[in-house]
Amino acid sequence: MNKDTLIPYIGVVTDIRQDTPDVKTFRVVSPEGGKVFEHMPGQCAMLSIPGVGEGMFSITSSPTNKEYMEFSIKKCGCLTTWLHAMDVGQQITIRGPYGNHFPVETDLKGKDLLFIAGGIGLAPLRSVINYVRDKRENYGDIQIVYGSRSKDDLVDYQEIIDEWMKDDGIQVNLTIDNPQEGWDGHVGFVPNYVKELNPSLSKTVLICGPPIMIKFTLAGLKELGFTETQVYTTMELRMKCAVGKCGRCNIGNKYVCKDGPVFRFDQLGELPDEY
Amino acid sequence: MLRISIDRADELFAAIAAQQTLYLPADREDGQAEYKKWEEGVKLSGRLNTVRSAKDFFFPQTENLAEFKMEGKKIEVIDVRRESEDFVIFGVRACDARSFGILDKVYLVDPVDTFYQTRREHGTVVTMACTRPAETCFCQTFGIDPTEPEGDVSCWSDGSFYYFKANTDKGQKLLNSLSSLLEDGDTATLDETKAKTKEILAKLPLAKLSTENFGCDKLNEYFSSAKWAELSESCLGCGTCTFVCPTCQCYDIRDFDTGHGIKRFRCWDSCMYSDFTKMAHGNPRLTQLERFRQRFMHKLVYFPANNNGEFGCVGCGRCLSKCPISMNIVKVMKALEEK
Repeated sequence: MNKDTLIPYIGVVTDIRQDTPDVKTFRVVSPEGGKVFEHMPGQCAMLSIPGVGEGMFSITSSPTNKEYMEFSIKKCGCLTTWLHAMDVGQQITIRGPYGNHFPVETDLKGKDLLFIAGGIGLAPLRSVINYVRDKRENYGDIQIVYGSRSKDDLVDYQEIIDEWMKDDGIQVNLTIDNPQEGWDGHVGFVPNYVKELNPSLSKTVLICGPPIMIKFTLAGLKELGFTETQVYTTMELRMKCAVGKCGRCNIGNKYVCKDGPVFRFDQLGELPDEY
Repeated sequence: MLRISIDRADELFAAIAAQQTLYLPADREDGQAEYKKWEEGVKLSGRLNTVRSAKDFFFPQTENLAEFKMEGKKIEVIDVRRESEDFVIFGVRACDARSFGILDKVYLVDPVDTFYQTRREHGTVVTMACTRPAETCFCQTFGIDPTEPEGDVSCWSDGSFYYFKANTDKGQKLLNSLSSLLEDGDTATLDETKAKTKEILAKLPLAKLSTENFGCDKLNEYFSSAKWAELSESCLGCGTCTFVCPTCQCYDIRDFDTGHGIKRFRCWDSCMYSDFTKMAHGNPRLTQLERFRQRFMHKLVYFPANNNGEFGCVGCGRCLSKCPISMNIVKVMKALEEK
């Protein structure tokens, strides 16, 4: 019998990085070494601790990383609390990749890109950011606007200042919600900051963050003259099967696990407002 | 057409059961019908249909998906799938037979659900034409003719004989294996029975129910209909409709610690339940209105949108007779159609 997609593989956690007080990034490889499977930026995987639960997480590492996959996970429920309590060397189960991906090899190719992220919303976009950084010649200008509650809540802060900010042709704009000692950068919410920055309308936008941030940022982008057809986002709903069969992650007739998680806003606009 | 006298039904069932496990509707002590494994003494129910649908045969209420052995930081995954045995389901009504085609459109599309697929491959469906459709029946609404049921083998009764016609290779194989019992006979009285059944069908209270106002083009209009508030107001969220429904196929996956390992199982779930879509950070279907709407929108709009207009209902009428507050898909259709 062929392997059923519901039956997972084993992954080994080889590194755990404490990114923020409630976000850790886990490095996962197969027991034989190397990646458990290949993926495209924006795709997800089902991670599980048997006996605790299984959940869908975006793969935050870029497919161009040939050694391992990474997952940035915020501690907020049973499974994620368990994952946060793991030590290096722990095995987990993993299956995937699931869902569609950001159209990095088609619609986004040759475009100027504007990434807008809030909090843990950086996790799925980081896969795309590092993918386009590794294939820099295929893309135009890159701008990253990233905001968080505080400086301590910026996920991947070290990679942002050590790598992204030092890249030529990448503009990084960070902001935090409230003034903080030791922070001389921008202070304010992401939607307002994007409006202040007044990005060029030539840019294709990729956005991920809390629903409220996405809502106001999209409204701001529209005020600036952006159209829904140039803005992509990635969604998250409760999932069990990850293959469009268990019946719970649908928005109208689209399943987020299978038809998403990446949607363009004009496509999302045709669906019922139930997410 | 091949036939056998109804008096010889036990011989027929014994001959099938000698080759494969045979299941058929039999009366329980309370008088209701349920599928039972045939053994000597079990009689085919004369009732119109079983309380539960026949979906259990291919999509059981619970099943184990995998087992895990946990030792220190190590995990071992054990594939628990076993090659299943051939079986025959006898006496499936036309509505339930159609429901298998609907389940196929979920479970046999890529990536194929191998648990479901294996059982489908091993099961032979022998249908039974209806002769006394009930007031709750509306399979005709979905283009089903209960006098011409689908299945691997179609079976009809005229009160004296069972008549058989194979529709698939699997069905032909079954009939071939029974050839010593079956004789060729004319179908004059069977044709009369069918004609009488068609008369009853034409007079059923729901005979005129139509799907013309449903389908994918109604998505936003019906989703935002003001009718949902009133329709869902009394819904208890008990999930009975889901459990008796032959086409409801949503499931949950959970783990159970047996004390010497972890079993991962799946079981039927219901979009009517409050925790169905609940996440650590919130729930997109907060009230019963959203959950109720989901169930009917799925059958009448979303499923057709994804499956060339085919609806996710077969008109078996179980939800009409079982809902504790007498709410059902027919009432929902009628309400949505009213302008």
